[in-house]
Amino acid sequence: MAAEQAKVDPMHQFAIEPLFGSANWEIAGYNIAFTNSALWMAIAAVALWVFVAGGMKRQLVPGRWQMAVESFTGFIDDLLEANVGKEGKKYVPYIFSLFMFILFSNVLGLVPLPLTIVGIHPFTATSHFTVTGVLAIISFLIVLLVGFWKHKLHFFSLFIPHGTPLVMVPLIFCIELVSFLVRPFSLGLRLFVAMMAGHVLLEVLSSFVIGGINSGMAIGPVVSILSFVLMLAICALEVLVAGIQAYVFALLSSLYINDAEHLH
Amino acid sequence: MDQEAAKLVGAGLAAIGAGMAAIGVGNVFGSFLESALRNPGAADGQQGRLFIGFAAAELLGLLSFVVAMILIFVA
Repeated sequence: MAAEQAKVDPMHQFAIEPLFGSANWEIAGYNIAFTNSALWMAIAAVALWVFVAGGMKRQLVPGRWQMAVESFTGFIDDLLEANVGKEGKKYVPYIFSLFMFILFSNVLGLVPLPLTIVGIHPFTATSHFTVTGVLAIISFLIVLLVGFWKHKLHFFSLFIPHGTPLVMVPLIFCIELVSFLVRPFSLGLRLFVAMMAGHVLLEVLSSFVIGGINSGMAIGPVVSILSFVLMLAICALEVLVAGIQAYVFALLSSLYINDAEHLH
Repeated sequence: MDQEAAKLVGAGLAAIGAGMAAIGVGNVFGSFLESALRNPGAADGQQGRLFIGFAAAELLGLLSFVVAMILIFVA
């Protein structure tokens, strides 16, 4: 069966492989080897640091680089101003780092050919639930800490909308509590699945391109060319999705922070 | 039916959910564009809500993708 041989494993690209330190680096029985995921997160962090450091010149008339950095900080500033109000100012560093880190990891994961020829395969750190889940839990913990710090036990009134009839209070409380507790889960899941689905789609389409050429049938090249055109379009869509998912993560985090600051 | 086949059929059925989410996402952006063209002045202020609606609609489609992946690789 030729079809059996040509079958690609679209999940292989998400395999986490230890690069070094897999021997006996352990904390409480868990291996903490430096993996390809950790490497690409570190690359994203360094790239982000270089990007922001290059724009810190504070010139009165900004150059191109400074303008790029300032448009990003201004964008996050406006986002928090619109969603949280003037108390949102103190969350700008957090939301900015969150947004930029997710954006850089997403985009770095999409870097195509030049690197793969040398044998370096870009790894999308945000395509793993462990990474996005931790980011979501950080957002959730900030909401909890700020909420309980600022409103003490009054924070629980977040779960009972104004004007709820007394009979409905226990039911509404339970429903709102569950929807509150599901937030970090849905936040992390959205980012991880969106990135993973896109990369699986690209891999499957690229296997159509290769399979079409190798099939030896007359219609093979036609299938290849059509798949390749579709793959280019999907690549463009993936760049858009990388931006939108980072934006959605930052937007929802700021909305949840607004809940903690203002309780409805 | 063989159990392996049933898993694959279930994963295929889960793809219907992805298509439904496509309708939902299209509806979100379509309605936004329709009303934004009627009142372009108010459109920019609603972009946050546009993306909240998009995120909510998309999440449900992504959940069906997760179901398919669990059926193929985990179950």
